[in-house]
Amino acid sequence: MTEARPVVEGANHTVAAADGYEPVIGLEIHVQLSTRTKMFCGCEIRFGERPNTHTCPVCLGLPGALPVVNERAVIFAAMIGLAFGSDVARRSLFHRKNYFYPDSPKGYQISQYDEPLCRGGRLGDVRIHRVHLEEDAAKLEHISASGRIHGSERSVVDFNRCGTPLVEIVTEPDLRTPEQAREWLTLLRATLRALGVSDVDMSQGSLRVDANVSVRRAGSRELGTKTELKNMNSFRFLERGLRAEIDRQLGVVRAGLTVEQETLHFDPASGRLTTLRSKEEAHDYRYFPEPDLMPLEVGDELLQAARSAIPELPAQRAARFEHDLGLSAGRARELAFRGELGDYFERVVAAADAAPAPELANWIPLLVERIGSDTDPAGSRVAPEGLAALAAMVSRRELSRDAARTVLSRMVEIGGDPSSLAEREGLLALPGGDGQLAELVERAIAQDPGAAEQVRANNMKAIGPLVGYVMRETKGRADGGEVRRLILERLAPH
Amino acid sequence: MTAALVQLTAAQAGARVRARELDPRELFEAYRQRAATDELNAFTWVAEAPAAAGPSPADAPLGGVPVAVKDLFCTEGVPSQAGSRILEGYRPPYSATVVERLTRAGAPLLGKTNQDEFAMGSSTENSGFGPARNPWDRARVPGGSSGGSAAAVAAGLAPWAIGTDTGGSIRQPAALCGVVGFKPTYGACSRYGMIAFASSLDQAGPLTRDVTDAALLFGQMVGRDPRDSTSLKFPEPVRLPHADSLRGFRLGIPEELTGTEGGVEPGVRDAFDRSLELAEKLGAAIEPCRLPHAPHALSAYYLIAPAEASANLARFDGVRYGLRVDGEADLLTMYSRTRAAGFGLEVKRRIMLGTYALSSGYYEAYYGTAQKVRTRIAQDLHAVFERFDLIATPTSPWTAFELGAKLDDPLQMYLNDFCTVPMSLAGIPAISIPCGLSDGLPVGFQLAGPAFSENRLFEAAFALERAIGYDGSPARG
Repeated sequence: MTEARPVVEGANHTVAAADGYEPVIGLEIHVQLSTRTKMFCGCEIRFGERPNTHTCPVCLGLPGALPVVNERAVIFAAMIGLAFGSDVARRSLFHRKNYFYPDSPKGYQISQYDEPLCRGGRLGDVRIHRVHLEEDAAKLEHISASGRIHGSERSVVDFNRCGTPLVEIVTEPDLRTPEQAREWLTLLRATLRALGVSDVDMSQGSLRVDANVSVRRAGSRELGTKTELKNMNSFRFLERGLRAEIDRQLGVVRAGLTVEQETLHFDPASGRLTTLRSKEEAHDYRYFPEPDLMPLEVGDELLQAARSAIPELPAQRAARFEHDLGLSAGRARELAFRGELGDYFERVVAAADAAPAPELANWIPLLVERIGSDTDPAGSRVAPEGLAALAAMVSRRELSRDAARTVLSRMVEIGGDPSSLAEREGLLALPGGDGQLAELVERAIAQDPGAAEQVRANNMKAIGPLVGYVMRETKGRADGGEVRRLILERLAPH
Repeated sequence: MTAALVQLTAAQAGARVRARELDPRELFEAYRQRAATDELNAFTWVAEAPAAAGPSPADAPLGGVPVAVKDLFCTEGVPSQAGSRILEGYRPPYSATVVERLTRAGAPLLGKTNQDEFAMGSSTENSGFGPARNPWDRARVPGGSSGGSAAAVAAGLAPWAIGTDTGGSIRQPAALCGVVGFKPTYGACSRYGMIAFASSLDQAGPLTRDVTDAALLFGQMVGRDPRDSTSLKFPEPVRLPHADSLRGFRLGIPEELTGTEGGVEPGVRDAFDRSLELAEKLGAAIEPCRLPHAPHALSAYYLIAPAEASANLARFDGVRYGLRVDGEADLLTMYSRTRAAGFGLEVKRRIMLGTYALSSGYYEAYYGTAQKVRTRIAQDLHAVFERFDLIATPTSPWTAFELGAKLDDPLQMYLNDFCTVPMSLAGIPAISIPCGLSDGLPVGFQLAGPAFSENRLFEAAFALERAIGYDGSPARG
């Protein structure tokens, strides 16, 4: 392995294109497919088990063993391509990508090269260059205190992972900022999860991201020299790594120097970028068509199987939430890009009779805030019917917004239906028409005549203390809007 | 009794076992003793007894007649070294499909036979375990790479054997040892468990005393194997040949592969011509034909085969099995020391050639061009088979040569394959039968036909074999 050499200290300031430079980002994503068996043999895919217990002559690269394509993996890869609107090739080729390393038992990886399974397509506002199939490598463990190769006494190989089907997705260089890259990856992850083709868990390595980064004069159509940022293993590190590399490149070009083509590693602990390989050290993989496999033929039947297995995808769902249900674009994406939130939201909508969908949608983030962002609300104590009922009480003014939040907290803690909870806790709203609120409004005006005077003079800021008084007196049970209406009616009758 | 037993062809011996006239244990023991006292270095390992797993020989199609298997076929629990020191003592956990099929059909494993390392060679001198000898003259090579199998059958150390043919590795040693060698259509036999040399060319096939034995053994080897994606369903049953004439056969003689200017020795050419006269007497219509790209076949072959080999042999890295020579606490010296010590000279030469041919910037000029030549050769043959049923050539330009004679001149060694490589590149079946002697050494006659024409090929070879009247009995050895 090449000795890592530091290139730059990671800086924290954000990317500024004020002096006319813009970053250009393309991503290469490896996705482990969740098929039952491996890409080229019948071994089951299992993780976290005793090393080398799910192996056979094929995935161990024993002499004489031959690969056989897993059709399920082809269907999964075709589903991904169809979801992007890619062209799925009726005939594609597997190649051998030659390199020596102990994680590669054959001395080559079977991958696709110049005739991939899928070309073109788009996800969100990013164009897809290609999607191809390949096999995963084995896992190396370095025996040393740090677990790093440097200074380790020896390394051992676990072949359980070896031969797991991988799909590599390559985008066009359509991303411009680290934030955009992160948000797009969220959409990609949601899409793959909705397709059911992968666990897409970055921390487990079933989703791995490399990025190609360059900078250029804004408005230029030419691309600058790119560097490749390897294997960032969380969304947050991806964003930080991209930011650090963009900053580094901007520093280089602003100093009048040129960016060198190289492969870099971002260390999230130190925030430093280190060179893995320079251009001169780039591998010659000596690709050639894999003679042990026939060309991969995709027939009508397989294509039909792939097509019919595609559910509604997050981008489509977000569009439906926005256009059919009237949600804001942001809220629609927030719910649709996390499939379990979208599912829960749709159950709330189905259970509600009166409340409008955007109103219902506003309650989902409040629920998520209370159960934790990693929890599926379907597993919480709050039934979708309960949340729908809560929203209905608010829109019928039986419960103030503040009180409803308190009720929601109680629902998360102990479950139950919102109206009996509100009643038991004495949180039911004070109806505006029964005189009790009107009396409190009178008292509010009486104890702060100055504020009342200003409201009369049309200084609406002054209404705050008056409303606040009523809310305090009612411990938040009053409907703020109703209180405001009563004060104005009393002070500025039209 | 033993001497009489080994005079029987495999088909004859099997028929007697199935008629309950011969004890298969006695048959096995007769050959086992001969193989165990082999002085030709034809075997690298000999079984103690038939494996317990097989069927009852008297009820099995192959009648318990034991088979010698080229070292590069994986045999479960039995050394499978592909003639290489890098796999010394390697015992695989599984058996090749072809070996499994033969075992199930009642041909127990007799032993593993010597070969050129990873099937790279035409003399068996490239074996990591010493050269095999030709039973006709022990100062001479048996050919290669399946030289151990050919020598064992010729010397009566085995009733029959299997080998592999990449560019001539069954046919050429069969010719040099005076036995029948058959390379099937690419894909007819599973390659699963064959230690790969050049995947797009490697094919398993029989080496036998006569054509009937070849058809009988081949019939139990063929068939689609779900573990080999390049294997194909054989389109018809394999039949034992019975033809006594060649009436209706149109036989093409490619000028490019038969002329003395192509290096064919006069003695070989004479034996070949005598056989053509016999074929004509048997009723064959014989005419010259052209394969314009055939002279380029060797060049294309020596790019494509090493290119594939350079990748196929990458797995021998000292990490999981076979030889390992420790480095200086780093990976690279372990790799290079292991491969430097484990691979022989010819294997290293071909890895270098293949690696170079696939390198960035050279790929199109070498590998790409070679693939185009391969296509042209296949087209040439396709065109010829529109006018002819079969084509005929000498199998090898010369007879068995002395050990060491061509070892220092790789290009001379490569010329051994001059007549056999075009069929390999086109993936078509070809058989070599003994057609007489030149200066007391056997000469091979090669017949080739279009893909899956095996049954026609066996019929023609059978009729010609009877007319030639070659005595295939193992008087030597």
